[in-house]
Amino acid sequence: MLSFLTTFIPRAVVQGIPLLFGCTGEIITEKSGNLNLGIPGVMYVGAICGVIGSFFYERSVPDPSMMSPVLAIMIPLLCCLLGSLLMGLLYSFLTVTLKANQNVVGLAMTTFGVGFGNFFGGSLIKLVDSDVPSIALTNTSAYFSRKLPFAEDLGWFGDLFLSYGFMTYLSVAIALLAAYVLRHTRVGLHLRAVGENPYTADAVGISVSRYKYAATCIGCMIAGLGGLYYVMDYATGVWSNNAFGDRGWLAIALVIFTVWRPVLGIFASFLFGGLYILYLYIPTGMDHMELRELYKMIPYIVTLVVLVITSIRNKKDDQPPESLGQSYFREER
Amino acid sequence: MNDKIKEPLFHIVKRDAPPISRALAVRAVAIILAMILCGIVTTVTTGLDPIQVYESLFVGAFGSRRKIWITMQNVSILLLIAVALTPAFRMRFWNVGGEGQILAGGLAAAACMICLGDKLPNALVILCMVVGSLAAGALWGFIPAFFKSRWNTNETLSTLMMNYIATQLVAFFTIVWEVPKGSGKIGIINQDSNVGWLPQLFGSRYILPILVAVVITILMYVYLNYFKHGYEISVVGESEKTARYVGIKVGKVIVRTMLLSGALCGLVGLLLVGGINHTVTTTIADGQGFTGVLVAWMCKFNPLTMVFSSLLIIFMNRGASEISTSFGLNQSYADILTGIILFFIIGCEFFINYKVQFRKKSAKEVQ
Repeated sequence: MLSFLTTFIPRAVVQGIPLLFGCTGEIITEKSGNLNLGIPGVMYVGAICGVIGSFFYERSVPDPSMMSPVLAIMIPLLCCLLGSLLMGLLYSFLTVTLKANQNVVGLAMTTFGVGFGNFFGGSLIKLVDSDVPSIALTNTSAYFSRKLPFAEDLGWFGDLFLSYGFMTYLSVAIALLAAYVLRHTRVGLHLRAVGENPYTADAVGISVSRYKYAATCIGCMIAGLGGLYYVMDYATGVWSNNAFGDRGWLAIALVIFTVWRPVLGIFASFLFGGLYILYLYIPTGMDHMELRELYKMIPYIVTLVVLVITSIRNKKDDQPPESLGQSYFREER
Repeated sequence: MNDKIKEPLFHIVKRDAPPISRALAVRAVAIILAMILCGIVTTVTTGLDPIQVYESLFVGAFGSRRKIWITMQNVSILLLIAVALTPAFRMRFWNVGGEGQILAGGLAAAACMICLGDKLPNALVILCMVVGSLAAGALWGFIPAFFKSRWNTNETLSTLMMNYIATQLVAFFTIVWEVPKGSGKIGIINQDSNVGWLPQLFGSRYILPILVAVVITILMYVYLNYFKHGYEISVVGESEKTARYVGIKVGKVIVRTMLLSGALCGLVGLLLVGGINHTVTTTIADGQGFTGVLVAWMCKFNPLTMVFSSLLIIFMNRGASEISTSFGLNQSYADILTGIILFFIIGCEFFINYKVQFRKKSAKEVQ
């Protein structure tokens, strides 16, 4: 049993990390009253920008052993942040400045972002006339997925807690920090005020647009890291089109699941990571492989059930930010 | 003078009832700007000179008689999806589950073709397919609607989850029905007997979806604008409280409208499986359930004008795949161009509904 847990839990955690990044980012965004349905697109853009950055870096270095660890990590990280920041700015410009409908902008961003990721993922090699057969950034990935030292020596404790790449710990740290900032600081209070009722927030002198812009952009950058984690750590630096799948949408669903609390998000994403790979552990027998496809439904059915249960309970504490999804126009009271 | 409050450089004012001519002009400018940007992006990625870009776009969509027919067929499918989603959106019910409803309908049609193909005469099989796919689509629309009407469950997410449940269901049946075993796909169903293939009208396989799209679009326009049901949908969309006050049963309207919306999406699934592809795969809807939302929204949920917006999207799509095929690029190129066009169209709404007023000159002189 213990050996099962020590293999299952780390795999669940690894599956959950992209969801956690996406979920934390979306919580921050939604707290400002912006419902960003473009998160799946943002995560693709974040991932592919990181890939492009490190692709060029690996090309520029004549031999993998000459790569500097700092640059190998910082270049994809910064490229990813820049790419997702641009997506965040685009979303904020359209919804905050131009007051466009948030759901529509989000859907368009998902179309665009997923297309952007798959296009450059599939065509990058051709565009730069490279002679490699596919994008495989295994050298960069080695830096991202390097386990903590002494993880091997500590038995099950090491397997459960120390056997991950640095972005795993980063994601948990970001979620904890987000929880602290939202709950216990003035900035967090202002942000929540903007999300609950921008008219009141404006009246007490909080700059609504500035908070909405900042929260959306920061949220997008965090979500973008989830995409980067997926390619660089989970997929060992190999890009394949549509491999990231629907994790972006699940991240948005997690936000409701966790009733807008980043700390709950940590556990919920690991739980979902587990649900996501549960089908691998349910025995089907060799002649009934088709049942696996049914078991893959589990995370979606659980999400649906949880959605319904939270709506039946309808607790006052568990409500979305009051102005979620609406654009703010000062002269329209 | 110093106690004068500084007036900002500009401020934004809402226009009341902007004239249609202005709305059209702004949209036209937005589309032209978007096309220019698409041209620049294409030139940068492929090195094609700009004039040729537009030429290839046009050739891709309307280059030959066959291409024109396929473009028309794709337009009618996208139009049907957008029209199917419209009643839900008029009610402010965010049905992003078009994808799942199409898949459910398509799966039901395929099930009839496979299981009843050699037992019943062709006409009966087709009848079963029609009934089955409408019912399956309606069921897929009913589930989120029921939760929404009963407990106000967030419909954006519940419809989204229904998409994935439908996708996995199709994946399951793909393996159950796969031909030959182990290939992972169903292949063309009833290739020899053609049982369950929707009939070709006037000797052309493209006419049926086009005809269905035209009829449904007109009927939907009439239903939404001249029937009591349509009026109730609009009232619920504008304000649920008002609807309740005037005695409209909001829950009933939500469920009824989503049954309709889902059933029409199921119809699209039927056309895709029975009339066009003759097989079912998990990607049969190809993201059009989402594109349909954007098409419908761009037209302010007016079914008649959706003809133009779906034409625009399909034109870009077909054109972009022409370019990406001839340059050996990835098919996702179309999504990027579609995205650019959408951003411009979404953004331009601002210039229709609002105007920017700059600080008046006189105020400056006083300073």
